[in-house]
Amino acid sequence: MWKPDLTRDDVTPERIWLNRRRLIQALGAGSLAGALPFSAAAQEVLEPNTWEEITTYNNFYEFGTDKGDPVRYAGAMQTQPWTVKVDGLVDNPGDYDLTDLIGDLPTEERIYRFRCVEAWSMVIPWNGFELRALLEKVGVQDDANYVAFETAVLPEVMPGVRRPILDWPYREGLRMDEAMHPLTMLATGIYGRLIPNQNGAPMRLVVPWKYGFKSIKSIVRISLTAERPYATWEASNPREYGFYANVNPEVDHPRWSQASERVIGSGLFARRQDTLMFNGYADQVASLYEDMDLTVDF
Amino acid sequence: MQAVAPRLNGLVRQVPAWPLYVLGALPGIWLVWAGINGGLGVDPVKAMEHRAGLWGLQFLLASLCITPLLRLGRVNLMKFRKPLGLIGFGYVTFHFLIWMALDLSLRWGEIGADLIKRPYIVVGFLGFLALTPLAATSWGGAKRWLGTQAWCRLHRLVYVAVILGAVHFVMQAKVWTMEIIAYLAVTGGLVGLRLIWLRSW
Repeated sequence: MWKPDLTRDDVTPERIWLNRRRLIQALGAGSLAGALPFSAAAQEVLEPNTWEEITTYNNFYEFGTDKGDPVRYAGAMQTQPWTVKVDGLVDNPGDYDLTDLIGDLPTEERIYRFRCVEAWSMVIPWNGFELRALLEKVGVQDDANYVAFETAVLPEVMPGVRRPILDWPYREGLRMDEAMHPLTMLATGIYGRLIPNQNGAPMRLVVPWKYGFKSIKSIVRISLTAERPYATWEASNPREYGFYANVNPEVDHPRWSQASERVIGSGLFARRQDTLMFNGYADQVASLYEDMDLTVDF
Repeated sequence: MQAVAPRLNGLVRQVPAWPLYVLGALPGIWLVWAGINGGLGVDPVKAMEHRAGLWGLQFLLASLCITPLLRLGRVNLMKFRKPLGLIGFGYVTFHFLIWMALDLSLRWGEIGADLIKRPYIVVGFLGFLALTPLAATSWGGAKRWLGTQAWCRLHRLVYVAVILGAVHFVMQAKVWTMEIIAYLAVTGGLVGLRLIWLRSW
């Protein structure tokens, strides 16, 4: 069915990308006007972002609204032990210890594009497993049409949840066919290391053809529902954030264009890159939305 | 305050205003330097864009504090008002240029579309436009050329500009934060003060 176009061999060894960055920085500092062609090269080879880029530039409003807040504050979050409530229309509901829930699921590496609704993007080498594997393990009942997720709310360590920035807990959801899609994964690692707290430890969702806010972090609850579940950003501003939130260069955010994106890590003088339909995964997922008007169900 | 003010005013009288231009430009120079040398984190474009815009708003708000300081505190910093306003305009212009050149990579189609259809960008751009005639008539001769009354009336546009700037700052955010509320409150307070004075005249 789905064949990954990127494999483990495509991960650039850390030593090499570090050298590459330094070279690019050195060149950039030396020639202001001549620095433009770098991003053109970046578009040809899909190169994962650095560990630093991936782990210091995060939207995790539970820890604050600044991109640097998560790395600043998330270290205080205890992720072991971690309990995940599985409930709703499942055969085996319960409060699971995370290790018991996913310990026997084999993890693999997936290099995905990551496109934020704020029109920036990264490439991230995730480690994890398909969400489908977990759902099959807990047993999805026939009348379940959606999967709902919830992030932890830990006021002692999360400065953001002490203020009504959003309607906590952060919640997101997927339609069943989206949840069962082989591209949809639960990530527990990045670059072969345990996923850092600021990126959603100990377990987060990754849906590469949707805007980043769908990929909910630090999951404490997974519910199978018949009705479409509450989604935090959709509820916060339904005109700007849709339930589907599929990456779509033709449907603009009311406040900015989604036609292009800034590639994080490409430097000060890099050009924007055209945003791809379904973030470049159209071949794999476009069929899920065939009968829908994507300007209405955005 | 009453005891401090005369001494402070005496001190201010001995200090020239021009070094403020140099001091005001330093953060901008640092910003460019840090951006080129990787000192602004992993997203230097956004960091530069946001900081330049915020500094623009801060300098403009500072310039609006000069008159209340004189009227309410008897502290005379009047000679710093023009430099503060011009530095603010400089950062707003820099912010606008960063947005066009570094953020949108001079994609004129997207820039044009944004300037027409995106409310927060329209608001910010109008604020910038409102400032340009003020900067253009900031030289000494302009007041004589326009006449003091017309010049003063024209320069009331600064209130429009700073309100547009604060609203632009609110509108670009995804959620309300204390920082945003604080800027809105300071802007509202400084402009509100003028409305109160206007009524009592």
